[in-house]
Amino acid sequence: MTVFIIRRLLQAVFVVVLMTVIVFFGIMVIGNPADILISEDCVGECYVQAVRFLGLDRPIYEQYFVFVKNVLQGDLGNSFKYGISALDVILERMPATLELAFFAMFITVVVGIPLGMWAGLRPESFSGRMIMGGSILGFSLPNFWVGIMLILFFAVDLGWLPASGRGDTVDVLGLDFSFLTLDGLAHLTLPAVALSLFFTALVIRLTRAGMRETLLLDYVKFAHAKGLSRARVMFVHVLKNILLPVVTVLGLELGGLIAFAVVTETIFAWPGMGKLLIDSIDNLDRPVVVGYLMITVFMFIIINLVVDLLYSVIDPRVRLHGIKA
Amino acid sequence: MTKSFGALIGITAAGVIASSAWAADLRYAIKTEPPSIDPHWSTNTSAKETALHTFDLLISKDDLMGLQPGLAESWKPIDDLTWEFKLRKGVKFHDGTPFTADDVVFSFERAVALPSPTSFKQYLAAKKTIKIDDHTVQVKTAKPNPLMETDLAAIIIVSKKNAEGATTADFNSGKAAIGTGPYKFVEWKPEDRLVFKANPDYWGSKPKWDNVTFKPIKSDPTRVAALKSGDVDVMDRVPTTDIKGLNKDPKVVISSGTGNRPFYLWLDSRRDLSPFVWNNDGSPAWPNPLRDWRVRKALSLAINRQGIVDRVFEGSARVGTQLLPEGFYGYNTDLKPEPYDPGRAKKLLAEAGYPDGFKVTLHSSSGGYLNDVGVAEAVAQMFVQIGVKTKVVLNPKQVFFSKITGKMNNSLAIRTYSVASGEPSIQLKAVVHTGPLKGTEFCCQPTGMSNPRTDALIEKALTTIDKNKREQLFKDAIGVAVNDVGIAPLYFEVYTWASRPGLKYTTRLDGLNLVDNVVKSK
Repeated sequence: MTVFIIRRLLQAVFVVVLMTVIVFFGIMVIGNPADILISEDCVGECYVQAVRFLGLDRPIYEQYFVFVKNVLQGDLGNSFKYGISALDVILERMPATLELAFFAMFITVVVGIPLGMWAGLRPESFSGRMIMGGSILGFSLPNFWVGIMLILFFAVDLGWLPASGRGDTVDVLGLDFSFLTLDGLAHLTLPAVALSLFFTALVIRLTRAGMRETLLLDYVKFAHAKGLSRARVMFVHVLKNILLPVVTVLGLELGGLIAFAVVTETIFAWPGMGKLLIDSIDNLDRPVVVGYLMITVFMFIIINLVVDLLYSVIDPRVRLHGIKA
Repeated sequence: MTKSFGALIGITAAGVIASSAWAADLRYAIKTEPPSIDPHWSTNTSAKETALHTFDLLISKDDLMGLQPGLAESWKPIDDLTWEFKLRKGVKFHDGTPFTADDVVFSFERAVALPSPTSFKQYLAAKKTIKIDDHTVQVKTAKPNPLMETDLAAIIIVSKKNAEGATTADFNSGKAAIGTGPYKFVEWKPEDRLVFKANPDYWGSKPKWDNVTFKPIKSDPTRVAALKSGDVDVMDRVPTTDIKGLNKDPKVVISSGTGNRPFYLWLDSRRDLSPFVWNNDGSPAWPNPLRDWRVRKALSLAINRQGIVDRVFEGSARVGTQLLPEGFYGYNTDLKPEPYDPGRAKKLLAEAGYPDGFKVTLHSSSGGYLNDVGVAEAVAQMFVQIGVKTKVVLNPKQVFFSKITGKMNNSLAIRTYSVASGEPSIQLKAVVHTGPLKGTEFCCQPTGMSNPRTDALIEKALTTIDKNKREQLFKDAIGVAVNDVGIAPLYFEVYTWASRPGLKYTTRLDGLNLVDNVVKSK
């Protein structure tokens, strides 16, 4: 187990190093940040000094070594655009994104799994067919369109929910959370629903397929024959066995939800970090882009680790030392 | 959509009316939020408009870009190299400290010393600030500087007591964001909200709003939805496609003003061999046809500018005749819009020896500016109609800017250069002057033209102190450049604001979002 985790973390470091090299040099291929960032009327000496300040006057490989040296000292560098530590820029926006992603994940689980189970249990019923039909809509409608439609309907036409932004927040241990206030919750609802729609549809289909398969297995029949209550058969024996693929997908998607919820965050003006990545690429703000992706890579690796650990909890047949990291 | 839920609109309307009950609070949706609260970090427009709520300038600008006394009550040159500023007395910073000459000296020093890619350094280059007494400062230059007033109208005055040693992060947190301005800084949550409250002790006209919240909403449809749902009272940058619809909406008031970015056709009339001009058989064109005035004029005449404004921008742009929008210092009233005359264009091409045209590539950014792709495609098609076979090459703005900065990588390109500073010389140097000005700065975008008459006029203007004479020189310089088709001005964007009924945004020439420009109408 420990060996497994250590191997995973070493692998993470390797991936991060590789990623920084690609991103660092990749940005310079797109264009020179100096040309985007330095204002039009800063010319002559002003321009030369600004380039030097950004550190862009040195050869690119030297810039990279400076960067690595600073990172080893825990400094990701200052954002070219915002003028403050790139790490602060990212962390400032992180709570909002985490909150949105976890809330969307919550909706996905509490809506997706029960509906999927129901549809798997009664595949021929009207409600089962409705659920499956709805799930097709869920993953085929484009995210941005759903977002705008939700805003038009619930905010502009009905006026029930706010159209955008984050609303009131509560400070918990230095982090702001909006789901603890009524106003914040109202702001959170639409973006979280929009974001969860696709994944809910996916989970419904996965759960249903699992149900259909599992219900035919001998142990289910045996459990029924043994006289166990229907609820116990479903929620203990069947559910456990269909969860494995669902957990895998949820784990993968959670990373995606956190790092790349760009569309939803933009449509709902949600102050998260997904937008930051696009804005920073737009401005060739290299320290922020590199820092952002480093954090993202770490996050993905940790989520994968957690998923693997969950496997062994859900399915005792999975032995961690058997998994090649 | 709206129709099917028509019955429910009443509820929204009720919501809007209810929210107008606390009329002294304003919620303002902006497309672009400032990069920082530090007023010396960035010269960009959103940084400036943000800073002007909390801070003041020595010399401020009114809605028509006229210079007005700010923290300086009066100023005058005492000799060719020295300007004297008499500071306003009895002004207090938000923390109660009185404003004195020390703050001015400190602010100027900080603006120069703060390292930033968007620094104010160039406004203060070669200037020395000396405190004479608590309410008098002198600014000395090595050479006569006619731009002194505009230069100093760019520098925000911060409080020495609070900003000494403060970092940009200290301004963002509000610790150092203590100014003399009409509004006090409350908080900034990036991408979420920027909050101010009125400063009741403001020395100038009383702030119009008690509490102000700016909400950055980058997505266009979301900004419109926020206004329509009553989440905000005012929004900037109404997308062109929504203007027609909102104009008909009784719950929305629209106002607009010309933007300060001239878009123009950059032509390489400088080199005998230009990289993107070919003969019809594909061989490089020698000599470069663009060297010929008749060819350049033909290209300019071929562009249907009004058509671009009407079709590509759906009316929310204005035909450009020069580098400045109307009303700016240095605007040349003699320049009229170039007529659309493809017939004459063809004739001129034939006279110049190109009856069958030639081949060119037109470069433009894609997504760098509003509708830039549509404009480039339209212009190319218009060139094709007079027989100039034009290929359009579009690059994302990062690539496009890198290609044009410091290099001459085009033969024809659509470019722009902001006049946000309000000082025409900066723009003229960058867009129509040949290039490196001896002993002074060179600009980052080499010009495609080289006209000794334009150069002489600009260089003369740069050392002329008399305002009226200088303005005449600017007018002449741009006149010569445009008549020579060294550049072909195309259009200005029109910026549009929308607000709920009872409010109206009164536009400024520089297009800044200032809450005191939002007035109660009716």
